[in-house]
Amino acid sequence: MLDALSFPFIQNALIAGLLVSMASGIIGSLIVVNRMVFLAGGIAHTAYGGIGMAVFLGLPIFLGASVFAVAAALIISVITLKHRERMDTFIGLMWAVGMAVGVVLIDLTPGYNADFMSYLFGSILAVSQSDLYFMGGLLAGIIIIMTFWYRDILAVSYDSEYANLRGINVKFFYTLILVLSALTVVVAIKVVGLILVIALLTIPVYIAEKLSNTLYMMMILSGIFSSIFTVIGLAISYEYDIASGASIILVSAISLFLFLGFNRFMLK
Amino acid sequence: MTVIEIKNLSFSYHKQKILENINLTVKEKDFLAIIGPNGGGKSTLLKLILGINPVKEGTIRTFGEVPKKNLSKIGYVPQNTNVNTDFPIKVIEVVLMGHIGTKKPLFGYAKEETMCAMGALAQVGMEKFANVKIGELSGGQRQRVMIARALCAHPQILILDEPTSSIDIDGQKQIYELLKELNNYITIIVVSHDISVIMKYANSVVHINKKLTHHDTSSSNHFCEVEMFNRFKEKK
Repeated sequence: MLDALSFPFIQNALIAGLLVSMASGIIGSLIVVNRMVFLAGGIAHTAYGGIGMAVFLGLPIFLGASVFAVAAALIISVITLKHRERMDTFIGLMWAVGMAVGVVLIDLTPGYNADFMSYLFGSILAVSQSDLYFMGGLLAGIIIIMTFWYRDILAVSYDSEYANLRGINVKFFYTLILVLSALTVVVAIKVVGLILVIALLTIPVYIAEKLSNTLYMMMILSGIFSSIFTVIGLAISYEYDIASGASIILVSAISLFLFLGFNRFMLK
Repeated sequence: MTVIEIKNLSFSYHKQKILENINLTVKEKDFLAIIGPNGGGKSTLLKLILGINPVKEGTIRTFGEVPKKNLSKIGYVPQNTNVNTDFPIKVIEVVLMGHIGTKKPLFGYAKEETMCAMGALAQVGMEKFANVKIGELSGGQRQRVMIARALCAHPQILILDEPTSSIDIDGQKQIYELLKELNNYITIIVVSHDISVIMKYANSVVHINKKLTHHDTSSSNHFCEVEMFNRFKEKK
């Protein structure tokens, strides 16, 4: 299996897997502690509309998906800050409309035969050099933001009312978290696909949550777990020739069950 | 010295009057209890004093200025501290949030800030728990941590919203004993249901149910309790 590492596309897949795992570990932690999992799902599915638009207009996929996902994040931010009680309705609406727009635009694109499946379940083996730059840039951006604004983001996530009272711009940081989530969702779609994005953003985080006393510890552990699951998942998918995205998620899920079982019977 | 002065204050939410013509003066080192039924406007009044809700009718002055100007002089302990108990955060980090808004380093926490936060924890008797996850504490302990967070900013007024609503009797007593001690040098305002406990510690009580009732008015159902209390205090 090790000779597989000599193929450039396998190398790219590994690097992409690790970059996205780190990003989703950090952002997944924020999504879970802020109870935004459903919001992230809405953003992911809205992004599909962007993929359709990019295909239709012949633009780079990442660009189209990012534009739609960030727009979705901004809309969700405005709605949750103004009409919290109707949030689930709006997100459900965006979720469905985004998907519908994507399907229609791809249908309308003449002579386009690439399979939908690659966006729904990921296409990590088709990662290009420029995709890697996008992923690396995003991870660097996330790490810089977390380093300098950690306290504010922690305060807004833990107790937004108190943060507001202490003069922190809660709306700004809330929107920032959503926009970063949107961009992370877009790169995670490349690795595990639209359907499984939420699993990648949450499963490693659930395990890390139980082992962490602090938010940054949770972020680091999530990133590490996510990386391990991704590498093992990729290896299994290569060895048995199965879909990489699904393989990564199943490795994560089995690890979660083992962890929970171990936690219950051994540590108690 | 007057620290809070409220004049002819009214507040409406969705066209419904929540507070009507409130007049209240709080003096330095007062221990004021605000009682009243649920939905009577107690928490709304606090939010107006804290500048969270904007004042539209009437005036509020804290230290002679509009509330927004003096936020750092007022410590606030919110109502329900049992939310978000899964959150991965250590006690010391919660307390350090009290510093936010003042000058802070580029990243991480400055040494003086950590020292000050430890000091605040010691004040409430929780310094041993500094590195424990907040969710592992009992309700009463968590409440003390929230008080330490408010103290971290060295406030001159401490405002607490239902500080003992989810705490057992022993815990409640400890919280009030702590407040009594703090009252030696800061003004305390407590919103509470529980009149029996408050009677031992507060030196004045007002009742709020849309309107504010001092002991000398006679229009409220709760007139008796407030009246009794203030007479009781005068005798002492």
